[in-house]
Amino acid sequence: MQGAAAERVGQAVLDALASAGAYFVFAGRALVELVRPPFEVREVLRQIYALGSRSIPLILAAGFAVGVVLSMHTRATLERFGAGALIPAGLAVALVRETGPLVTGLLVAGRAGAGIGAELGAMRVTEQIDALEAIAVDAFKYLAVTRILACMIALPLLTTLMDFAGMTGGFAAEAAATGIAWPLYFQRSFELIGFADFVSATVKTVVFGFIIGSVASYLGFHATRGTEGVGDASTRAVVASSILLILSDVLLVKLIFILFPQIGS
Amino acid sequence: MSSLAAAVEFDRVSKAFGDRVVLQDVSFAIAPGTAFGVLGRSGTGKSVTLKHIIGLIRPDAGRVLVHGEDITELRPRALARVRRRMGFLFQEAALFDSITVGENVAFPLRRHTRLGEAAIVARARQRLADVELSDAFDAMPADLSGGMRKRVGLARAMVLDPDILLVDEPSAGLDPITSREIDGLLIGLRRAGTTLVVVTHNIPSARAIADELAVLGDGRIVARGTAADLDANPDPLVQAFMRAGTGG
Ligand SMILES: Nc1ncnc2c1ncn2[C@@H]1O[C@H](COP(=O)(O)OP(=O)(O)O)[C@@H](O)[C@H]1O
Ligand SMILES: [Mg+2]
Repeated sequence: MQGAAAERVGQAVLDALASAGAYFVFAGRALVELVRPPFEVREVLRQIYALGSRSIPLILAAGFAVGVVLSMHTRATLERFGAGALIPAGLAVALVRETGPLVTGLLVAGRAGAGIGAELGAMRVTEQIDALEAIAVDAFKYLAVTRILACMIALPLLTTLMDFAGMTGGFAAEAAATGIAWPLYFQRSFELIGFADFVSATVKTVVFGFIIGSVASYLGFHATRGTEGVGDASTRAVVASSILLILSDVLLVKLIFILFPQIGS
Repeated sequence: MSSLAAAVEFDRVSKAFGDRVVLQDVSFAIAPGTAFGVLGRSGTGKSVTLKHIIGLIRPDAGRVLVHGEDITELRPRALARVRRRMGFLFQEAALFDSITVGENVAFPLRRHTRLGEAAIVARARQRLADVELSDAFDAMPADLSGGMRKRVGLARAMVLDPDILLVDEPSAGLDPITSREIDGLLIGLRRAGTTLVVVTHNIPSARAIADELAVLGDGRIVARGTAADLDANPDPLVQAFMRAGTGG
């Protein structure tokens, strides 16, 4: 009885390791193909557009709400120390350094990750991926690499949008509380943000984009037969890319503290 | 081999998926410019055989030769070069469902020729007309019936004028009249020098198109020869096939 259970757990662990290994091979191949011509420029642009049009409304709405909430929390804390004037800068730092990238990453993982997993999964089970290969098109390059690259380009841009939406939300909350004017609020927002913040946020979101694109493409490419397999690929793409994204965030924050000590202090 | 090379040759090909043995030591050769018909019950490995020829499936053992070249050993770029001279009609058509019917047919032209926009559209329209679907150019694949999708798939497979055309159940889902028209189209291609490999359940159409037929069963070729040879074959499976009418 116990032996059987242990065996099942052992098998599950082995399966997980095997698919993790297969994913890393897939991701490694994607990294190589990202920089190797020919580049499918048209297809990448099409994917960026699809990704943007699907995610922008969501990003703007979520960013605004996050800005309002963060601003209210910051106000509760800073006001006690008589540091109300720091609210815009505090909010901006929180958004640019962590909240913006992470929330954008998770939203895109949910929206685009699910979309890519389902789309490529459906193409796999209806043999459209084989059909591309039969037409002598490198399906990995044409479908996976283009989507991964699109995620890597779109994520920093969407994060910037999220940051601005967040600041607008923060301004709305502050204006309601204190009647602060927009130009002053904006000026104060950027007081604590430096070039290092910009670089680290971009690096981080590009990595998030790679994770979302590669995990979702991998699961779509490996969808098994049937509509159930497509739904599976889609759900697992969201779950796996969200978890990997948060794990990588921990590592990236550590790395950024080492590379840019001024952010950590 | 060179000029004597078969267009397609299986040399002792074996293939299993897990425990399921699909092909066992299968060998055959198809002369250039001839039509080869593959018969067999569902699940006997007909589609798997076709996919070996275009390198979508690799054999566990044995060699698959195209124009004398072993494609099982080829690197991706070399395999792509071989594939550019082939056309493949998938059993379920496998149309790209995010683009129009016309763009599906134009797709290989866009990828592999330097033709201008007007020439590409003209050629795609011509191929759609060949399969009696002139009106479907702007339709989306999802809006077509199974038989129409099949014909679009055939138009896409033919659009680069391949040396070797592989078709998986071309007449499945077609009415008898359209089915005969597709037969006529395939016969015309063969006359023009295209090598055909046709998987079909439709015996009258197999008789009309194929120079030679092979019956697959239990992972092997049970019988092989002209339609007349198979008519005279006493094997019950072969007889069951040859006496059947249109299978679908
Ligand atoms: N990619 C695959 N993975 C696992 N099994 C497969 C695969 N392709 C085909 N098979 C199995 O191989 C057998 C032959 O399939 P197929 O060639 O499609 O039959 P048919 O003669 O009807 O075309 C079937 O049992 C099928 O389930
Ligand atoms: Mg089949």
